[in-house]
Amino acid sequence: MSEAESEETPYYTPTHLMAVAASRVLEDNKSVFVGTGLPMIAAMFAQRTHAPNLLIIFEAGAVGPQMRMLPISVGDSRTCYKAIAASSMHDNMSFAQAGWLDYGFLGGAQVDKYGNLNTTYIGGTWDKPKVRLPGSGGANDVGSNCRGTIIIMRQEAQKFVDKVTFITTPGYLDGPGARERAGLPSGSGPIKVISQLGIYGFDEETKLMKLESIHPGITIDQIRENTSFDLIIPDDVPETTPPTPQGVALLRELDPTGMAIGK
Amino acid sequence: MKILDEGEGELVGWHDPDENREWILQNKSPALVDKRMDITEAVSKFVRDGDVLAMGGFGHIRVSFAGIYEMIRQKKRELTVLGKTAVHDMDLLIGGGCVSKVEAAYSFGHELRGLSSCGRRAVESGQVKVVAEISNGGFQWRFLGGMMGVPFIPTRVMLGSDTFRKSSAKIIEDPFSGKPICLLPSCNPDVVFIHVPRCDRFGNCQIDGIMIEDFELARAARRLIVTTEEVIYNEVIRDHPDQTKIPGFIVDAVVEVKYGAHPTLMPDLYYFDEEVIGEWLDKSKTEEGTQEWMDTYVHGVANFQEYLELVGGEAKMKYLYDVEHYEAELKAPWLEKKKK
Repeated sequence: MSEAESEETPYYTPTHLMAVAASRVLEDNKSVFVGTGLPMIAAMFAQRTHAPNLLIIFEAGAVGPQMRMLPISVGDSRTCYKAIAASSMHDNMSFAQAGWLDYGFLGGAQVDKYGNLNTTYIGGTWDKPKVRLPGSGGANDVGSNCRGTIIIMRQEAQKFVDKVTFITTPGYLDGPGARERAGLPSGSGPIKVISQLGIYGFDEETKLMKLESIHPGITIDQIRENTSFDLIIPDDVPETTPPTPQGVALLRELDPTGMAIGK
Repeated sequence: MKILDEGEGELVGWHDPDENREWILQNKSPALVDKRMDITEAVSKFVRDGDVLAMGGFGHIRVSFAGIYEMIRQKKRELTVLGKTAVHDMDLLIGGGCVSKVEAAYSFGHELRGLSSCGRRAVESGQVKVVAEISNGGFQWRFLGGMMGVPFIPTRVMLGSDTFRKSSAKIIEDPFSGKPICLLPSCNPDVVFIHVPRCDRFGNCQIDGIMIEDFELARAARRLIVTTEEVIYNEVIRDHPDQTKIPGFIVDAVVEVKYGAHPTLMPDLYYFDEEVIGEWLDKSKTEEGTQEWMDTYVHGVANFQEYLELVGGEAKMKYLYDVEHYEAELKAPWLEKKKK
């Protein structure tokens, strides 16, 4: 890439690309457990493009909405717009535990090579934390029981770590078979990690994080600099397809105030 | 039954089911008593220092702020608060000096609005102790156990995680499948507040929109204070029994307080008041700001009605009704900052 090209302002931002990339993982006629922010936008975007019959579930009780505007919270009335049911947490958490949920979205302050997530504390000890974070919320439930989880988070060396300081939400724990040994449902676990630099999957055999595609304008060196563990990087890594201008317009329509997608 | 692992967190709000049955026998009755009272009386009668407290609703949704402000005003102390996604309520109670312990599923954050300065400061300085971790799903199943009158609920959450390690749960070998299963201890909180749109004077409640975990939490509560937008006739309840989400015989107090969930969202009636929430997020960045906020909005007013006037009165509530119905634009100070 020449310098002139890199200085051009593209019509989309890294946040737009992350939202659209996340939406592409969601297939039509599947179900997804959705959290606040980009996951909501990704699910709404999928419904309005390639997955009109995507079943959206929220922990606070909404089932199957066709949202017209981005909710602020997972319990916001906007999560019930054109929903098929306004139910309860017991109902929706049970759906996940019983095996009705294909996908679940997760985020975190730290992720490690096995996709374990920390949203509890950073630095110090649990008793005396340097920075106290909110805790699990519904994340542990989603990460335990949805079939495939999609992690969306910003990538930095301090955030993509070898081992998280606290496993708030289980990924593949310490490797192949560990989830099943712990008693978690078989065949569940993280399937994607989407950052502002690239998209990652998990190696089938080792359950280690693996680069799957690299965003336009990003180099392998940048990916390495922002990862604190030995990432699997295949020889041929394709480039992530950027969002279309129509896609960006749709994102802005769904989130007119820029709450999740920014400008 | 083989215990495989035990969490190190403090067991909060658990009672032997027989002990809880005895408590119900001694303290509760299905007698048709008019339970209406004002919030001052309800809080002084049913909230004691040191209680285990849970607020109905979820995050910034349908939370009884009439109850929160009154507990702060009456200087309730040493509460153990269940952070079953308790955010703005938890934050204010901490700022008001009411809290000593927290069991945390989700607290000290305001979702998209950012992290909570007040709650975090208290935990990081040791003023408030997080005594156990849990998940949102886990918490509501603790209340399900409490409602069912059994000692625990088997689940497949928290397995393999540090959330389990710092919880009060235990993992056993399931006697049927032979696989590890997580047992969540049941929970019967000492006192619970639930804000509803309508109920009668006996406490029979109708609730619109999502239930979140209030069906289970109401039935698990020892003392249940209902704050309501309006009190309706018992005949209306009896004409539509399918609409009753909380039966009156489990309710201890009925407090009529219109807009009593402000600044949180009340389904169909009013949206989040982001200006008031935003002002708190700004002010609570410092101890002084927190005190200033408390002096203005809690101690500086005699009751909820005066508070409501201070934040914009009926005109503000009309605007929040319009936002709830997609007919007015959302104004949020934290959103303006995000755009910059």
